[in-house]
Amino acid sequence: MAEIVLDGITKRYPDGALAVRDFNLTIADGEFVILVGPSGCGKSTTLNMIAGLEDITEGTLRIDGRVVNDRAPKDRDIAMVFQSYALYPHMNVRDNMGFALRLAKVDKAVIRTKVEEAARILDLTQHLDRKPANLSGGQRQRVAMGRAIVRDPKAFLMDEPLSNLDAKLRVQMRTQIAALQRRLGTTTVYVTHDQVEAMTLGDRVVVMRGGLVQQVGTPQHLYDAPVNLFVAGFIGSPGMNFLGATLEQNALRTSLGDLAVDDRLRRLLERQDAPRELIVGIRPEDFEDAALVGERRTGQACTATVDVRESVGSDVYVHFTQEGGPAGITELAELAADSGLADTGMRGHRIVARLDPATRAAEGSPMDLWIDTSRIHVFDPATGANLTHPERAEY
Amino acid sequence: MMSHRGRTLTGWGVVNLLVILYALIPVCWIAALSFKDPSTLTDGNFIPREWTWANYRGIFQTSEFTRALVNSIGIAVIATTIAVVLGTMAAYAVARLRFPGKRVLIGMSLLIAMFPPISLVSPLFNIERVLGIFDTWAGLIIPYMTFSLPLAIYTLSAFFREIPWDLEKAAKMDGATPAQAFRLVIAPLAAPGVVTTAILVFIFCWNDFLFAISLTSTTAARTVPAAIAFFTGSSQFQQPTGSIAAAAVVITVPIVIFVLLFQRRIVAGLTAGAVKG
Ligand SMILES: Nc1ncnc2c1ncn2[C@@H]1O[C@H](COP(=O)(O)OP(=O)(O)OP(=O)(O)O)[C@@H](O)[C@H]1O
Ligand SMILES: [Mg+2]
Repeated sequence: MAEIVLDGITKRYPDGALAVRDFNLTIADGEFVILVGPSGCGKSTTLNMIAGLEDITEGTLRIDGRVVNDRAPKDRDIAMVFQSYALYPHMNVRDNMGFALRLAKVDKAVIRTKVEEAARILDLTQHLDRKPANLSGGQRQRVAMGRAIVRDPKAFLMDEPLSNLDAKLRVQMRTQIAALQRRLGTTTVYVTHDQVEAMTLGDRVVVMRGGLVQQVGTPQHLYDAPVNLFVAGFIGSPGMNFLGATLEQNALRTSLGDLAVDDRLRRLLERQDAPRELIVGIRPEDFEDAALVGERRTGQACTATVDVRESVGSDVYVHFTQEGGPAGITELAELAADSGLADTGMRGHRIVARLDPATRAAEGSPMDLWIDTSRIHVFDPATGANLTHPERAEY
Repeated sequence: MMSHRGRTLTGWGVVNLLVILYALIPVCWIAALSFKDPSTLTDGNFIPREWTWANYRGIFQTSEFTRALVNSIGIAVIATTIAVVLGTMAAYAVARLRFPGKRVLIGMSLLIAMFPPISLVSPLFNIERVLGIFDTWAGLIIPYMTFSLPLAIYTLSAFFREIPWDLEKAAKMDGATPAQAFRLVIAPLAAPGVVTTAILVFIFCWNDFLFAISLTSTTAARTVPAAIAFFTGSSQFQQPTGSIAAAAVVITVPIVIFVLLFQRRIVAGLTAGAVKG
């Protein structure tokens, strides 16, 4: 178990590609930290630098207070779980899990007990003498985990360990990994581009984009107070809805109607010299069927035509299209590309609202929607910064 | 009525049979000849009337053949070993490392393989005489190595490329030194490739006639294919056909056994199960 400190870590590949820029993070002993971001943002590179598989171009990496920049992976005492599992195909499960201990010249009997203990935890006991080729995907994944835990290392590094599993198994393994980490209390750095995994697994989440850390915080904090458009759009599923808006006297004029600006928000906007053209972000759950809200809460009503109604039992998701979504914002284009939305060929700008299952919303007919204006986010289109939550990220 | 599938199978069966016959008839012919008595060589029968071991006994009685056999085995084994060891290291580098001039290196090695050997025979003859390695084992081992290395590097690098790089990283993370990672993880996985390559190289060295005949002058280093050309009949009126056939069979059998023995290892994809799959 160990504290890992990344101090101004930068990675430049020999071909000149700048994969990670000035990465600063202190990972506390026993903490579960998630690195999340779209493909190519430098998550694996960061992880490989901690592991020692990639050289660190600039900055220092300390594990337990000792600078380890120039140490080989084997001298860092860190275990890694690979996306491909990377099981040794010529060894059976027992030898796969015991390989590290065998290299460390641990006593044979000790290896045996440790491997069997790990196998018991991971429910692999009856597969110990089989080769990886004869295991199912989930079993292989567990062997890969087992190989890491038998060593009792200072830290676990996991690079998208679940992305090769089918959806159901992934959920199952996710809870298993969370339970395992809590039980072992080993410092863990976990890479994923699945924001659900990021939200559910980690103590803290690091959102990266293009080699830069965007925000670090607890999942709830990232959700409630994203520092910029990118984090706001990346965290949450379905994602935050974005609308172009013009700041008027007392309201934000959007295609969904005028949204009232309360005193707190006005003061915030004034203090930050907000431009007139802004982007408004509304989370799906901050919509409600106006008929179900009544007079009890303040907010804003608007009317829209329902395109699609999806009922998931506990909630109803209502999709509708708006003209004039925010255009030309690179962050949003990137987010759309990452989520595959860009390829769906949808015209206009899609808005998703999460409504109470009691809603009468019907596909093809207009409905009255209520927006909780106290929870909207306002972004500066030029910088992407969240003007509603101007505080810097908590490190 | 035969199903479509059945007809396809029969079609393939016939084609296969033709190919096998085409390949096997000369071999069977040689084998048959080797069991014939010199007096019945030209009696027109494919299958010998009277089977005899006389030809085999004959060739093993003189040192002409046994000495050549020793040369053949020694030279082929040494050349193969060196070529495979060097080839493995080179192929590993080619498959795993990015270094300037990699393409040039691969291109050059292929160029060597494409160079017609016949055009190199007379220069080699002169060079080896000057160097004093003409008609020695080394005089054959060196050209064999040179000509089989490109083949070795090429086949082996294909095998190395098949081994997921993650395995090596995993070994590193598990605390292996580069040497341990190679010995305990990469080498066992590359074994089928190494065996395949070794067999190919061995066959190349074993079968070569051109270098063997041109770069040797005595039995000191003459290998079997060359030595066979020097066979004489027991009298000057007799053709050495029987002895030649027997010698040919003797040097063919080890290759056949080799391939049969390792065939399964060669075909089996050992890396199955390493990654998601
Ligand atoms: N060996 C390399 N040489 C040069 N550039 C590289 C190398 N490896 C990665 N990169 C670049 O560095 C950037 C970050 O790559 P990295 O593998 O860390 O992304 P990632 O966040 O793990 O993405 P993914 O989710 O797709 O795994 C990418 O732009 C990639 O093209
Ligand atoms: Mg990656």
